[in-house]
Amino acid sequence: MNGKEEKIVFCKGGGCTAKLGAGLLSHVLEKLPKGPADENLLVGYDSKDDAAVYRISEDAAVVQTLDFFPPMVDDPYTFGKIAATNALSDIYAMGGQVKTALNIVCFPESMDLNILGEILRGGSEKVLEAGGTLAGGHSINDTDVKYGLSVMGMVHPDQIWSNNSGQPGDRLILTKRLGVGILCTANRVGEASKEAMEQAVASMTTLNRKASEIAARYRVHACTDVTGFGFLGHLHEMMDGRLSCRVDGAAVPIFPEAVHHANEFLLTAAGQKNRNHVGAYVTFEDSSFATEELLFDPQTSGGLLLAVDGKDAKELEKELQKAGLPAKIVGEVTEKTDMEIRVRGKVNGMT
Amino acid sequence: MIQVNALGDACPIPVVKTKKAIEQLGGSGVVETLVDNEIAVQNLTKMANQKGYKVSSRKLAEKQYQVVMEIGEDVKEELKTEPKAPETVESETCIPDARANTVVAISSATMGEGDPELGKILIKGFIYALTQLDTLPKTILFYNGGAYLTCEESASLEDLKSLEAQGVQILTCGTCLNHYGLTDKLQVGEVTNMYVIAETMAGASKIIKP
Repeated sequence: MNGKEEKIVFCKGGGCTAKLGAGLLSHVLEKLPKGPADENLLVGYDSKDDAAVYRISEDAAVVQTLDFFPPMVDDPYTFGKIAATNALSDIYAMGGQVKTALNIVCFPESMDLNILGEILRGGSEKVLEAGGTLAGGHSINDTDVKYGLSVMGMVHPDQIWSNNSGQPGDRLILTKRLGVGILCTANRVGEASKEAMEQAVASMTTLNRKASEIAARYRVHACTDVTGFGFLGHLHEMMDGRLSCRVDGAAVPIFPEAVHHANEFLLTAAGQKNRNHVGAYVTFEDSSFATEELLFDPQTSGGLLLAVDGKDAKELEKELQKAGLPAKIVGEVTEKTDMEIRVRGKVNGMT
Repeated sequence: MIQVNALGDACPIPVVKTKKAIEQLGGSGVVETLVDNEIAVQNLTKMANQKGYKVSSRKLAEKQYQVVMEIGEDVKEELKTEPKAPETVESETCIPDARANTVVAISSATMGEGDPELGKILIKGFIYALTQLDTLPKTILFYNGGAYLTCEESASLEDLKSLEAQGVQILTCGTCLNHYGLTDKLQVGEVTNMYVIAETMAGASKIIKP
């Protein structure tokens, strides 16, 4: 919408903050030729979902996804783990199981190859932890480092979690804390504490496998993972133009220190782009500036956002928490009202 | 006044540099920050609004924006305390500058119905009059015959360039340029498509159609 500026924006912050803006992307995608429809393509990019799903038999479908980005932390091994965790997450967001993964690497030839080795080590460890096999990859010489995975998983065709199939009465559950975008940004200018960064890295390297496997035992109606478009951006896609929801700001799990940095305006460009893109669908009541910023904050390797049957939500929340996840019920899906997303209350954090 | 050059800096560096400059002021004064993208303008504006500074911004040239913050005496005290909590969200719309979200949609190279010669004079006068408004429109859209006005031989080029220099976005429909064989003749603003036109109109607070 802003003419030339938009076209080149590519936040140098790394991680999911490097995602192209959603508004820009949809203009481009809408113009692509679609070709004849294939009835076995159960989820394609018409639905803006996390991954593509292709049915190969009555009881098996393949889930395919691809994700890569520039580093958001200095340590190559940690970066490898984060990038892989993030890429694997799309399979879990569809309710699938990880089977194989391929490395995607951009790396400057002039750089120390041991760094690349560390990145790949981190990545392969996460693929193993996910129960998958690293089956190959592709690398090119480039000016900047980028790394990620193309992942293949399996899912039963009747048990696919779309991101937009929620129902009124569902509760919204978020399984990781928000604020890693702000924390990484604060870290880049030397403001984040060591402890907070350690917490953020621990979160970004936690597979969504456990959350996905636990949730699979409950009536999940919709699921997505919270990444570059931030909590509100992904929630907006989940509402699909036919639902609305209420969000309890105080219930949203966050990194307390991110509140402090938000109040110091250590904000990403991507967060502002998210605000520009979905701000019109959201109202805030009794809220705070930091709450808004955290909800728009682009997440790298964020948690699952689940719309789960109202009767199951409490149990699921309890079981996720018992498994050590900071999961919380953060809101409720309603019939469509005049405002799509209503956020009430403030996040709890240090100011 | 302190000037901050944040051209080429990614967020949050422009904010960090500006905050340092405000600290240097040590009281009231003006800080002027140069940035190269509109998102940085919005992030700076957001900070100024939260802190209660008077803020304005304008586009100086392609990839060059100026954000001016006035730090008053009264906000000095507030700086030491907690950042001001925003009242409600309606005020928090991140309008990057003083341009209202008014969109002018020009669909013909003439204005009104009747003698086309008169229509040409009127549209030229109308575009000139736009340059004189206190609050400039945010965007001017040109489509169908309107596409002639942003191309070679238009009598309004100078006025449109002046508007563009003041930050008004000038967009001309690409399909229309193509249809009239004007694709190589565009002189001001950028080429756009129907998605952007529809989105711009849908997002406008007011649409003016001469």
